[in-house]
Amino acid sequence: MSGWISSLFRRELQLATRAGGSALVGVLFFLAVVTVIPFGVGPDLNLLGRIGPAILWIGALLATLLGLDRLFQADRDDGSLDLLLMAGRPLELVVLIKCLAHWVATGLPLVAAAPVLAIFLNLEPVAIGAVTLTLLAGTPALTFIGAIGASLTVTLRRGGLLLAVLVVPLAIPVLIFGVSAADAAVSDPVPFLTPFLILCALTLIAGVIGPIASAAALRFSAD
Amino acid sequence: MGILDLANPTRFLRLVQIVLPWLAGLCVIVFAAGLYMSFFTAPEDYQQGATVRIMFIHVPAAWLSMMCYSIMAISSLGTLVWKHPLADVSAKAAAPIGATFTFIALVTGSLWGKPMWGTYWVWDARLTSVLVLFIMYLGLMALWRTMEDPIKAGKAAAILTLVGAVNLPVIKFSVNWWNTLHQPASVVRMDGPTIHPTILIPLLVMAAAFTLLFFVLHLMAMRNEILRRRLRAMRLKAAAQARPASAALSPQAAE
Repeated sequence: MSGWISSLFRRELQLATRAGGSALVGVLFFLAVVTVIPFGVGPDLNLLGRIGPAILWIGALLATLLGLDRLFQADRDDGSLDLLLMAGRPLELVVLIKCLAHWVATGLPLVAAAPVLAIFLNLEPVAIGAVTLTLLAGTPALTFIGAIGASLTVTLRRGGLLLAVLVVPLAIPVLIFGVSAADAAVSDPVPFLTPFLILCALTLIAGVIGPIASAAALRFSAD
Repeated sequence: MGILDLANPTRFLRLVQIVLPWLAGLCVIVFAAGLYMSFFTAPEDYQQGATVRIMFIHVPAAWLSMMCYSIMAISSLGTLVWKHPLADVSAKAAAPIGATFTFIALVTGSLWGKPMWGTYWVWDARLTSVLVLFIMYLGLMALWRTMEDPIKAGKAAAILTLVGAVNLPVIKFSVNWWNTLHQPASVVRMDGPTIHPTILIPLLVMAAAFTLLFFVLHLMAMRNEILRRRLRAMRLKAAAQARPASAALSPQAAE
């Protein structure tokens, strides 16, 4: 039972890390976004410290969006998506595993890079810890929600832009609670735990809805 | 005549042909009454003056923008669960209408906001969630346009519509949280004095008129969509029957 799960997970991880090195490119894009923001809002360190968690979250959201089209596109191009569909395994589980492997390959590097980038933005140590923790809890939700958009646009030749448009409205709650929790750790009177637990709940909900809707979309795109 | 009888598009088109003129006429009458009442019968608000009349367009449009999404969600269930052949036609026809009502609600709202709040736009929770709804409508329409095959496009859009329907309450809740967290006291509250019957009755009449307008436009759009699909099927048939040489000349019809 668990044999095919771990081998699928390993396959996805190896493809994601070896072919093209998407993890590094995602982190590089994250760095580019964070670098560009001070040019837009000015080099005021106090201001950057205040909006730092928001910048990191938006950068992580954009980096996740950019990597999403790799989730099913390559598998569809070489035909392995059809094999996965015909394998007789529960497709929802297959999608969940693919999402988890994709997150480990692209989301986890973003979380690991966040503390370093936070130094550029003049964040306090507490805020750095908080924003890293919220990214760790929240970015899986972005991948799960993004899987819906990725599977809906998998048949399109140029689906990347449409994917982003479809996914961004659904990702708003994750962004709101991620930034609120990170802010709450530093300044606001609201306790850190309240928005953080809601963020965790959102990730769990997305972990259910994302694979189910995404599997349904993949089934319809195949026949 | 049950909903299953209407699964036959021909029978549905015949019903539309009978119902549509009556519905359109009723819509015009109710609109005339509603507009007369809102412009001449309804008193001016003692604080807001004549600008209160924007409400008679704004509030029904906002209601309709939500009702339209509910109809799309029910139609999407019809597509995925019961495979009703007209369900995706209904969902596709409703999307641009819903987007238009949402757009009207946003524009009239900001025109109303300028004299009342002193600004065209505030990041108020309610305004923000309507804006998100508008983006979702446009995303759905874009998804529909990108796919050639209407059946496949209908299924993909149905999945997205249902995911959106599950997500909209979450978005609404989180936007409320976000707003109260950042600017608790400065938010301009919309509920001033409770609504007096002299204003409430024109408002309800206008809401009825907007609902009728929605159904008229929806039926017309569904009829057009059915005819469009028939045209497409006829073109495909003609392309298949034509000689291979001429079929190769027109690849877009053979797709």
